[in-house]
Amino acid sequence: MATKKAIVMEGNDNVATVVEPIEAPGEIVVEAAGDKIVVHITDNIPFGHKFAIRDIPEGSLILKYGEPIGLARIDIKAGEHVHVHNLESKRGRGDQ
Amino acid sequence: MKFMGYRRSNGTVGIRNHVIIIPSVVCANRVARGISQLVTGTTWIEHQHGCTQLGADAALTRRVLVAHGTHPNVCGVVIVGLGCETLRAQDMAAEIKETCPDKPVHLVIIQDEGGSVKAIAAGASAAQEIVGGASSMKRTQSDVAELILGTECGGSDACSGISANPALGVACDLLIDAGGSVILAETTELIGAEHLIAARAVSEQVTARCYDVIRRCEDSAKAMGVDMRGGQPTPGNIEGGLSSIEEKSLGCIYKAGTKPLQDVIDYAMPVTKKGLIWMDTPGQDIEQLTGMVAGGCHIIVFTTGRGTCCGSPIAPAIKVATNTEIFEKMKDNMDMNAGTIITGHESIREVGKRIFEEVVQVASGKLVKAESLGFNDFAIKRIGPSM
Repeated sequence: MATKKAIVMEGNDNVATVVEPIEAPGEIVVEAAGDKIVVHITDNIPFGHKFAIRDIPEGSLILKYGEPIGLARIDIKAGEHVHVHNLESKRGRGDQ
Repeated sequence: MKFMGYRRSNGTVGIRNHVIIIPSVVCANRVARGISQLVTGTTWIEHQHGCTQLGADAALTRRVLVAHGTHPNVCGVVIVGLGCETLRAQDMAAEIKETCPDKPVHLVIIQDEGGSVKAIAAGASAAQEIVGGASSMKRTQSDVAELILGTECGGSDACSGISANPALGVACDLLIDAGGSVILAETTELIGAEHLIAARAVSEQVTARCYDVIRRCEDSAKAMGVDMRGGQPTPGNIEGGLSSIEEKSLGCIYKAGTKPLQDVIDYAMPVTKKGLIWMDTPGQDIEQLTGMVAGGCHIIVFTTGRGTCCGSPIAPAIKVATNTEIFEKMKDNMDMNAGTIITGHESIREVGKRIFEEVVQVASGKLVKAESLGFNDFAIKRIGPSM
């Protein structure tokens, strides 16, 4: 874990969490289910935030820890910042 | 594994020997604080309640206040009432005395004493005597199987689920294997991960309770008619990388380790079973802290990513930073650093073992930073309005 800039928690996750701030443009290699994936980063990713490691179509589940953490509000491309602007939570929605 | 504790005459063991000044009602806060300020070796609490409360809401406030008097970390109590309040100080003093016949319990009623100045004097005189007795008590060898550990995460960030919470989970497993009890709480921060803990329930009844408390919690959030995000997760959590309550909860649940879930209990109810127990508390840090301590927890391990200073008046809260940056920046308030997991200098297992060893040290008397800085935070969950 020492030299990794970003961590994929479980093999079927479609996001990685960065452990240092990442400036775009750049390339990050992440490991998921034993495979190495090269991701071209197109947004600045602050410390502790997430980027997509695969394309995530609008309405699809965003997976971290192998579990849903929300839905994609819009189409998300691999390398984009994933956070409250494009991730919709499904729980505690008294507004829906 | 052994630690050094204070054996009480009812057979329980405490890890501290506090003399606590408890106001029965908000109107007695200033006098309680005044008593404690006069007498070194005491601690005090302040709260917003104790009058014009009804039914179960009044009973819950009373239970929490009494539990801070009967707690095994407490050697003696001065209870302060105004004289006209709903939660009468004399009734609470009698209840503490009935539960702990050998514990010194002194009652001060401000109206009877003739005002606040005289009440402070009367309370301080009694507290001084109790402190004198407390100071000559000795710790004796006790087993960690008697410990109840409360787990908490506050000011979480995205590292919480990667470093400190998994390490705390290892420590919890070690304590449970040694025969102790562990409390998992903050129900709101299990929304989205409840199926993972429910799957570990020891019975169908416990499984059903898991989903009941989550449903109740989520329904009360929805009843506010807004998106929960911003209240939970908080703006600080969101800045720290947590995008939804589901993501926060999936990181929080690591605190609970891997052991079976024995029971789901209500806020501030006593922990009576060994193993992992879920207590239904709000996610608000101080209400959770107060509820777990009222349930009998001796000691808390509190993970934080954004940084928090708080502490209970009677139970030490060991602060574990999720990342090295906050550990260094808020060194005055942080006890341990789990950020070494992020940098690769330690494994989750190694930090977990370190946390468990620190729990034993703190149980035997080592002060945590929240104690040495005098944090005595206290807040009771309300379930009804003041009338």
